[in-house]
Amino acid sequence: MNKHQLDHAKEQIKERMDEVDKSLPVGTSVMQKNRKKTKKVRSDIKVLQVNNLQVSFRTYGGEVEAVRGVSFNLHQGETLAIVGESGCGKSVTSNAIMGLIPQPAGIIKNGSVLFKGKELTSMSKSQLRKIQGVDISMIFQDPMTALNPTLTIGEQLTEGLRTHKRVSKQEAKQKAIEMLELVGIPNPTERLKQFPHQFSGGMRQRIVIAIALICEPELLIADEPTTALDVTIQAQILELFEEIQQKTNISIILITHDLGVVAKIADRIAVMYAGKIVEIGDKRAIFYTPEHPYTKGLLNSVPRLDLVGEELQPIEGTPPDLFSPPKGCPFTARCPYAMEVCEHVYPFTKAISESHAVDCWLQDERAKALQELS
Amino acid sequence: MTNSQEVASPQHVKDEWFRPLPKGHVNAESVVRPSLSYWKDAWRRLRKNKLAMGGLIFLVLLMLFAIFGPIFSPYSVIATDYPNQNQSPSAAHWFGTDEAGRDVFTRTWYGARISIFVGVMAALIDFFIGIIYGGISGYKGGRTDSIMMRIVEVLYGLPHLLVVILLMVIMGASLTTIIVALTVTGWVGMARIVRGQVLQIKNYEFVTASKSFGAKSSRIIRKNLLPNTMGPIIVQMTLTVPSAIFAEAFLSFLGLGIAAPFASWGVMANDALPVILSGHWWRLFFPALFISLTMFAFNVLGDGLQDALDPKLRR
Amino acid sequence: MGKYIVKRFIMMIATILIIASLTFVLMHLIPGSPFDGERTTNPTIQANLEKFYKLDQPLHIQYLSYLKSIVTFDFGPSIKKPNESVNELLARGFPISFELGMATILVALLSGIILGTIASLRHNGLVDYFAMTFAVVGISVPNFVLATLLIQQLAVKWDLLPAATWSSPLHMILPIIALATGPTAIIARLTRSSMLEVLTQDYIKMARAKGLSPARIIVRHALRNALMPVVTILGTMLAGILTGTFVIERIFAIPGMGKYFVESINNRDYPVIMGTTVFYSAFLVFMLFIVDIAYGLLDPRIKLHRKEGDA
Repeated sequence: MNKHQLDHAKEQIKERMDEVDKSLPVGTSVMQKNRKKTKKVRSDIKVLQVNNLQVSFRTYGGEVEAVRGVSFNLHQGETLAIVGESGCGKSVTSNAIMGLIPQPAGIIKNGSVLFKGKELTSMSKSQLRKIQGVDISMIFQDPMTALNPTLTIGEQLTEGLRTHKRVSKQEAKQKAIEMLELVGIPNPTERLKQFPHQFSGGMRQRIVIAIALICEPELLIADEPTTALDVTIQAQILELFEEIQQKTNISIILITHDLGVVAKIADRIAVMYAGKIVEIGDKRAIFYTPEHPYTKGLLNSVPRLDLVGEELQPIEGTPPDLFSPPKGCPFTARCPYAMEVCEHVYPFTKAISESHAVDCWLQDERAKALQELS
Repeated sequence: MTNSQEVASPQHVKDEWFRPLPKGHVNAESVVRPSLSYWKDAWRRLRKNKLAMGGLIFLVLLMLFAIFGPIFSPYSVIATDYPNQNQSPSAAHWFGTDEAGRDVFTRTWYGARISIFVGVMAALIDFFIGIIYGGISGYKGGRTDSIMMRIVEVLYGLPHLLVVILLMVIMGASLTTIIVALTVTGWVGMARIVRGQVLQIKNYEFVTASKSFGAKSSRIIRKNLLPNTMGPIIVQMTLTVPSAIFAEAFLSFLGLGIAAPFASWGVMANDALPVILSGHWWRLFFPALFISLTMFAFNVLGDGLQDALDPKLRR
Repeated sequence: MGKYIVKRFIMMIATILIIASLTFVLMHLIPGSPFDGERTTNPTIQANLEKFYKLDQPLHIQYLSYLKSIVTFDFGPSIKKPNESVNELLARGFPISFELGMATILVALLSGIILGTIASLRHNGLVDYFAMTFAVVGISVPNFVLATLLIQQLAVKWDLLPAATWSSPLHMILPIIALATGPTAIIARLTRSSMLEVLTQDYIKMARAKGLSPARIIVRHALRNALMPVVTILGTMLAGILTGTFVIERIFAIPGMGKYFVESINNRDYPVIMGTTVFYSAFLVFMLFIVDIAYGLLDPRIKLHRKEGDA
């Protein structure tokens, strides 16, 4: 190994370390320029810091490494979208943050989840319960199954409030009515007495959102909140998210595979592949200057109005089996630019800009030289 | 992103690795595990279930004994031998003898024949009637279906064993009447299951998909419909057998079993009841043991099959 | 809901009518008359029977009068017991059988649900394994075997509990255990599998995400939904318990309806067989109706639509 390589490697490690420290700094000029259109100003307060999170599941077939070292930060009032194909570990990541990894099959093998400085992964179940639903709430994919069919909407709305906060029945009911109004359900007083089956899918998702927000949490994790809904309803629900965020300055983690949804409400985007975040960055950076071949592939497989006439390009192949994850870059087998190095070593993280980082060997000087050659 | 991966240290990243892989490197297919056929896969999973396999082995052994046991026994099933009545188990009479001096060992295997015959016949007849009735109902759909299902619903509400008792009282006790009485009421459950399966599968997207690919209907039936319908039906059959065996024992116990010199497990248990307190425990013990073991074996086998044949549980 | 009750009610009436008619037809299929002189030795009974069943009249008159007697709960005289009517037998025996049956179903429900729930919460654990082994054994051992075993061991050998009759709560323990074990096992299995399914539902995950206590999640969110299938099998289970009483009453010498019924089968006392069958069938169908209504009350979704034939 020559000196040049060594220097380069050192540089890369330093970059990585810096990045962990700063982790996509906020309030930079780039960011502010990008955010001009919205009134939101990103706060300096880090609500959530996830560091090298690793989650595995024990199954009959062996151990599945569902999340293989995920790190990101989330600021107050920010919406981070985690995108990727199904099975890439995005839902497992959100469940791990929420403390909802199914026991005893699922294990958090490593890493930390800091919520406002408090470590969640080492908390006891009863400690976690004081945070679940109060400080962190979750919205699930299918509103048709997320509500208990045998309890009234009112009961399901108020039970979290009554568990966590000292409120009278009457106060809880009043709050429930307010929440239903907030999410846009007409006649909330009468509707409290009704059962889930008496509501449409869109209405149910509104109710689920109301339930999630009733204790005024600081972080909302939305796992595919619009996937099961009609397109028109989807738009309404997304607008509701934006409205709520403006009113409450809540931070949102949005798990989705729908880039349309992402384009609409995300501030930052993390692209996950095979249990790793392969690229993370500001929305504009990911959409306009994607660096990871997988991100490019994702964007090319979505129809875009500004690129009429271009052919959609599906990503060929399937994601790797996480029973035995490859030791190199997991995307190698499907990557049109794959190099030998990709098979051997997982790439180091390269910060493209202060708000954009990618795990890909193509960012390496040596690969760039190769590209120029050919 | 990653910061503590077990990545090789930078020294290991060799320069020469920075060259493109050949075009054909996209070998995503290789990660797909070999797919087994439905039945092979089910069998593989059934074999893993030790309890179910134990049940299966027990049942196979029981059948062999039922067929060959009486043949190799030196004693007759029906001939009386009063000097040797009510003997406890010994080298000569492994399971002892009854009040007429008949060998309980021989009679137990003979009883196995009767009990298994009743169980299997009841399950088979249920299967045929159920598959025709439920199949027509589910396949035709619409009005036919709703009328046929109304009938089934009413029949389902009948207290089966009471009807069976009534039938047996009228028709007189015999092997045939037991089977007839059991199937007259028993087919309804099977018909419901078959109909449910047919309805469900009729609308499955993959059937439409196969059709649109131009698959032959025989292929659709063999590859898609059969594996997905047969699961619950086989399970239902497996569970019908023990309930028929139980019903036969129950009827025998009420004095509606097969006639005197012959034996089924139920008849033997019933005959043993009055003498149980006089210490002739073997008279009840062996038939009761075999009824219980057989029911147990069929139940665990049925459970195992249920798990093994459920396409949703495939892994 | 109203429409649903009416529909179920009509079904109930139809079922009872079918059973009654079936009984009538079957009785007339018996070669000769079911009440031939050779079956009774007593000419007065013979006369009573012929009068009650209007055997001298044409068939349709017989049928109508038979239906009428069923509607008025009059099942006519017995063959073997002079001066006793089927009604009197029922009045004497049924309350005892009812007591036995109800006690059994209560015991089975309580223990089955508790066992099944614990097993589901300790899925694949030791408790689960134990509970399910008990359940399969409980389903496999016929109640008459269990009953004789209990008598032989607990009553005769150890003399812990009385072996026969129905005279005190102590006397009731063994018969109830013998009769309840099977149903307990079935309920435990059903509760377990139903709980396991419910526990994977999104609304349970949502309840957990709300930070509710495990006890509240299990009782209020999971059990309530998981017990729906248990309610639906109560009807059929009751039928099983009822026929089980025939056997248990005989073994424990309990003077309930089952004992008379078995006697009547052995004596070929047709009026008693007919009367009891029709009475018990009507009773069971009525209970099935009650269970259906209860299900409708428990599940709010049923008011709007009912899932059809999803066997």
